[in-house]
Amino acid sequence: MFSKEVINELVTVVGKENVISELEDLVTYSFDATAAMPRVKPDVVVTPLNTEHVVKIVEVAKKYEIPIYPRGSGTNLSGGTIPLEKGIVVSMVHMNKILEVDLDNLCAWVEPGVIIQDLNNEAMKHGLIYPPDPGTVATATMGGSVSECSGGLRGLKYGVTKHYIMGMELVLANGDVIKWGGKTVKNVTGYDLTALFTGAEGTLGIITRLLVKLIPAPEARKSLLAVFDDLDKAGNAISSIVRNKIIPATLEIMDKVTINTVENFTKAGLPIHAEAVLLIEVDGYKESVAREAPLVEKICQECGAIDIKVAETDEERDLIWFARRNALPSLGQVKPSTVLEDATVPRSKIPEIIKAIRRIADKYQLFIATYGHAGDGNLHPTIVIDPTDKDEIERMEHAVAEIFEAALGLGGTISGEHGIGIGKIKYLPLEFGEAGVDTLRRIKEALDPNYMLNPGKVVDRGE
Amino acid sequence: MSVYTSLDSVKDELLKCLKCGNCQAVCPIYKEMRHEVAVARGKIVLVETLLNGEIEMTDRLADKLSLCTTCMACNQICPNGIRFDKVILAARAEGVRKKGLHPIKKIAFKALKLQRLFDLGMKTGSKFQGLAMKRVKGQDYGARMRIDLGIGKEKVFPNLASKPFRSQFPSEVKVPNPKMKVAFFSGCMINYFYPDMGKSVVDVLTENDIEIAIPADQACCGIPASVNGDVDSAKEQAKRNLRAFEESGADALLIACSSCGSAWKHSFSELMEGDAYYKELADKWAAKTYDINEFLVNVVPFKRDGLGEVKRTVTYHDPCHLNRGQNINKEPREILKAIPGVQFIEMKEPGRCCGMAGSFSLVHPELSGKISDKKIADIATTSTNTVATACPACRLQLASGVINAGMNKDVLHTVQILAESYAKGKQ
Repeated sequence: MFSKEVINELVTVVGKENVISELEDLVTYSFDATAAMPRVKPDVVVTPLNTEHVVKIVEVAKKYEIPIYPRGSGTNLSGGTIPLEKGIVVSMVHMNKILEVDLDNLCAWVEPGVIIQDLNNEAMKHGLIYPPDPGTVATATMGGSVSECSGGLRGLKYGVTKHYIMGMELVLANGDVIKWGGKTVKNVTGYDLTALFTGAEGTLGIITRLLVKLIPAPEARKSLLAVFDDLDKAGNAISSIVRNKIIPATLEIMDKVTINTVENFTKAGLPIHAEAVLLIEVDGYKESVAREAPLVEKICQECGAIDIKVAETDEERDLIWFARRNALPSLGQVKPSTVLEDATVPRSKIPEIIKAIRRIADKYQLFIATYGHAGDGNLHPTIVIDPTDKDEIERMEHAVAEIFEAALGLGGTISGEHGIGIGKIKYLPLEFGEAGVDTLRRIKEALDPNYMLNPGKVVDRGE
Repeated sequence: MSVYTSLDSVKDELLKCLKCGNCQAVCPIYKEMRHEVAVARGKIVLVETLLNGEIEMTDRLADKLSLCTTCMACNQICPNGIRFDKVILAARAEGVRKKGLHPIKKIAFKALKLQRLFDLGMKTGSKFQGLAMKRVKGQDYGARMRIDLGIGKEKVFPNLASKPFRSQFPSEVKVPNPKMKVAFFSGCMINYFYPDMGKSVVDVLTENDIEIAIPADQACCGIPASVNGDVDSAKEQAKRNLRAFEESGADALLIACSSCGSAWKHSFSELMEGDAYYKELADKWAAKTYDINEFLVNVVPFKRDGLGEVKRTVTYHDPCHLNRGQNINKEPREILKAIPGVQFIEMKEPGRCCGMAGSFSLVHPELSGKISDKKIADIATTSTNTVATACPACRLQLASGVINAGMNKDVLHTVQILAESYAKGKQ
């Protein structure tokens, strides 16, 4: 039983209005956006308003030896915010101020609870963008997406979250506050803590402030849709585009299962006999878009595309992306639960991994649609299941393990952008080896010896 | 099995929830509170947990379930198209079945049910409202509560009409050469607070050669009761209304309130499930029910000659139950844009809830006020002098917000501006 004493101390620290302890509220913090995960209610949820609050919450947790789980909007796909061992959920959503947008140094200081889209809206006022754009851009917080090192649709050209973090303020498990980085392009002072804490999934510290890089918004863009009747031809087109020194902002693929499912539910007129479609967008200066778009079209043709549509207007562009936007919603109509994986391979291996996934789907009699960020080699094999069907869940688990093995066999990784969290913790040795996992564990234990911060995620305590 | 009779009726909706959290992006309550319980997925998990027996229906749970304006913004953004409004209605109805209705709501809905007594009360109330309410200085807009009864003191309520709408007009309004005969369901707010809106409906329809029946026996539409889970009261009101309009012999039923419209188009049929006679009546009338904007644009296109110049800059607020509830959003704009002299300027988020949501604004005055502030700030950026909408409840909320922000703007129903234009045309 969680002691009343702890609640009282937390109330003293952050105020009554920032402590949530009613059962009906706690139930709503027992999950995040990850399918097929255990639900665990926290003992209490606190919503700090500043760094000092966070420090004091950590001190209370330390004193009573209670786990802490930093949480943003709870939209991650790895079970990363589930309070597995009960304790205190620290919801950062009230620390949501954009503190500064610096137009000379092209960067912004933000609090961790700022929603990514809100930062982008602010940046856009000045003709700037913050490029990382996970599917949850309208809901996810900056703190959450930095902790998960989110990717998104524009990774091929613009990189992912870690490429846009210039500095941080962070509260460690011992209650110390550290701050590093700054508005300089260059900074090699000490170890690269930014690289360590971006993607640490809240297991090493609690982010309380972020300095992020902004870049000029591209002036123009153009979208194309290329249809292929053969997976290898589509794969060849992906590699050829890049080999020809064109880096599209977005280079997406949808496999046959995805196309048919989307068409079935949207009647958007998609090519149902295609083996794959590529959705490509180039952006930049008007002149470079005018040069690159026809080149992409030509390359797709040479690689054997059976049909190519080039969007000439905004409406036509929306139509091209309509199908991609509707992939997950349409899959959700097939069966209610969608397990969205993010196994990633070198982009030249895309056809091989898609074929491997199809073999696995057949073997385990599962409905798996594959689509995703082809340019990044980052696919989202999506397994749709009935959450009440135990046998299907078991088959799904076997299939997921085999997909990971296939990705690793092709020189890839088990997670491109969703993170390890709870879901993939058992697969970590597959990719890292025991010595690798031990190294991660020693980093964790150096900073958080008692596993107080987000326990049960990324690395476990070991034997 | 309907949402009003069993919580099991929404099991399929619950199962569809991916917990992706997209609802956070649009939920007006979540945007203010930023607690998981405020948003659809949080309450979906609460209802799941209730169904599997891990938690019980308590007063506290009922309080959490009251955190929804039923604005349906989450329905629209949900990748799986979950009808969260159905989930919340079913959960609230379950709450009333298990825990009974909150005593104050019980009195309120009972009053709405006893139409004649309610009518007398509202008429008497109009004479004595000064005792509890303090008029807003220098204006005839309305009054604020003198003391806080738990519903806040900020909201400016319109004055109760000295003569309700339905006492101002006969039950049949004739025209020389009628094109058709319609029946008008005024709803309580137009009847007691905004007879001017009702009068504009009558003026515009007669101008278009349409005969109007205004059945004297009509009652509250039942939405205040059904959204709070009081299914029995809602059923009684639905039946009374169906009887009253069946007698009118009209070809169509017109409504100028978004919630009343939803009741006639959707709720009555669901409420009457299991009662063959009334179900048939409800289905029949649902098919003949039109929002006034919808009717004037799509059914009997309003007369465009004879429209006089109305010098107004106008922005339009989409009532949730009209926009997402009935998919009517182009029609009011078409009317406004057709009026000579009207300059139409969109606000950024015209479809964002105003925070009124009937009794929600009384139970959660502070939250309702914060949601309203966002809407008013959006309106302010348009620099218009008139806010048009198509629902008396939204009008009340917007008018209160405008006054509290110290702005000088008219808040009107689209049909009022159309009536104004016909009147100008005659001058």
